[in-house]
Amino acid sequence: MKIDFLFTFRISRIHLTSRLKQTIVAALGVTFGIGTYIILMSFMTGLNGILDDLILNRTPHVHLFNETKQSQYQPIVLHKDFQYKINFVSSVKPSDAPIKIKNAIPMIQMLEQDDNVKAVTPQYTAKVFYLAGSTQLNGLIKGVDINKEVKHYNLNSYISQGDYRDLKPGTNTIILGKGIAKKLSLELYDKITVNAGNNNIALKIVGFYESGMSDVDNVQSYASIETAQRIGGVTNNYITDINIKLYKKELAPYMADRLEKQFSISAVDINEANAQFDTGTGIRNLISYAVSITLLIVAGFGIYNILNMFIYEKMDDIAILKATGFSGKDVQRIFILQAMLIGLVGGILGLILGYGVSYLISISPFETEAMPNLKTFPVNFNPMFYVGGMAFALVSTFFAGYLPARKAKNIDPVEIIRGK
Amino acid sequence: MILETKNINKYFRKPVKFHALKDINISIEKGEFVSVMGKSGCGKSTLLYILSTMDTDYDGELFLDNQLITDKTNEELAKLRNELIGFVFQFHYLLPEFTVLDNVMLPAEKLGKKSKEEIRIDGMEKLRLLGIENQAHKKANLLSGGQKQRVSIARALINNPKIIMGDEPTGNLDSKNADNVFDIFKELNTSQDLSLLIVTHDSDFAEKTDRTITMEDGRILS
Ligand SMILES: Nc1ncnc2c1ncn2[C@@H]1O[C@H](COP(=O)(O)OP(=O)(O)OP(=O)(O)O)[C@@H](O)[C@H]1O
Ligand SMILES: [Mg+2]
Repeated sequence: MKIDFLFTFRISRIHLTSRLKQTIVAALGVTFGIGTYIILMSFMTGLNGILDDLILNRTPHVHLFNETKQSQYQPIVLHKDFQYKINFVSSVKPSDAPIKIKNAIPMIQMLEQDDNVKAVTPQYTAKVFYLAGSTQLNGLIKGVDINKEVKHYNLNSYISQGDYRDLKPGTNTIILGKGIAKKLSLELYDKITVNAGNNNIALKIVGFYESGMSDVDNVQSYASIETAQRIGGVTNNYITDINIKLYKKELAPYMADRLEKQFSISAVDINEANAQFDTGTGIRNLISYAVSITLLIVAGFGIYNILNMFIYEKMDDIAILKATGFSGKDVQRIFILQAMLIGLVGGILGLILGYGVSYLISISPFETEAMPNLKTFPVNFNPMFYVGGMAFALVSTFFAGYLPARKAKNIDPVEIIRGK
Repeated sequence: MILETKNINKYFRKPVKFHALKDINISIEKGEFVSVMGKSGCGKSTLLYILSTMDTDYDGELFLDNQLITDKTNEELAKLRNELIGFVFQFHYLLPEFTVLDNVMLPAEKLGKKSKEEIRIDGMEKLRLLGIENQAHKKANLLSGGQKQRVSIARALINNPKIIMGDEPTGNLDSKNADNVFDIFKELNTSQDLSLLIVTHDSDFAEKTDRTITMEDGRILS
């Protein structure tokens, strides 16, 4: 014979409200645990997200390029006079020849057909000197399809001034590395002259590139691929790098391997490039979980204690309920419900606390050289944290209430009544 | 037969083995008002706890309403207790934080056969029967001893049980209140044909009942 839930609820509620102070203390334990869980998770994953942006998002899943290495075959091998001879060629040097990817255009077309591939972005990197008066700075200009770079690699978040849309093909425009601009004291829309060995070309600065890594910002700039090829004095099928973004990051090693063999080209996948990064993310998540779970366990012990105390105080009530026909299970249900009510109220307050503090964190100013686009602390308001937090509150209070409630279930009413 | 026992024996094992009830054979007819008397320590309460199904650790057989209830599960016994038996204690056991009316309604809500509204009406009627309907919405712990005892009688009556059992229900009351409780029992006995089994030390009370069971050292004398 099951007792009505509302009825159980009413008994539990009256019990709890008659011990309001202890109930509040127990609920606040849960509030604190859940609140901390939400704050920690929101903040940590927010931070992880930003770091992902910083490193992973701008790393292609597979990067194809030609490595500078000495040729496997010397011309003599091809000569039929020497076909059956043994020859020695000493002091073989890597060719100085530019590291052009052969047949890049058909390769790109083929890759774009691949179902696993989300985006293919070709690049041409020109080695240049940045000139200002008598000063010369070594550097690189990456020729890119700026729209694709913005779309797939968040290049936009590293453009600290100016508008990437001004970097149109066919115009002499450049997005200049911030470090270079500083050294040469150049402002937005100034002209800069670059030299790639043959001729000087003047480019208009339409933006500044600021990655946060000064080694990069001191040398690297962006131009449209056509502009870069013109600076480098090469034809417009000259591609030095192909970056591939996949739908599934996990496929990267497999793709890299396949392409390396298929095109006899060097391919680096993202896992290889950022192995240590994933470890960092994992450890941060682990710490957040460990701290939150510890807090909830402490809160659970609080509930366990308070409920045990309740049950000692309520011995008479339990005896009366049993004497008038409530079964042990009914009594157990009443006390478990009490624990879970504490969990529910404490949990909801915890969600509110967690949201409130997360919100305050998310509007607190946080500026760092490394992330020029970031003005406040990154916070991840993922609803799953709130669902998880609430579930956690209910489950942990259920277990904290279970043992005391089982004790109540097994109380012998005769002993209590006789003891009066 | 409302209540019948066959050779009930009860032993306490701790601290030493003690034979508390010896070959108890009693029976109570429907509508009978029976009192139990005996010296302190002779086993009256012990017997009552067994008869009320709260104590299941005994040898022998117990019948309630012609049904063998020995060896039933705790769950089933709780249900029987809820439906068939009204229990009145010497100390007025009420839930202190609940109102008088809530206390009276609890066993009926547990039984769950009537709507809450019907139960409320029943509860008020029982309180009226005992002359304390004006206290219905007070917290139970605010009442006087005599009032509390009447509330617990009202609670015992709420499910219209077959039998009322009381362990010295008048033990803590002055003679006026004790008479009052007796009158209430007598009235229920005659008007509703309710069976009663009341343990008492009050020989005036016992004399006025239909039959008195006398106990000594765990045995029934008469
Ligand atoms: N839990 C127990 N363990 C051991 N002995 C017990 C226990 N409960 C009762 N007894 C013993 O059983 C005997 C009967 O006790 P019981 O309470 O039934 O007496 P009683 O007739 O109700 O007395 P009173 O009139 O004082 O209430 C007593 O000797 C008592 O000491
Ligand atoms: Mg007794």
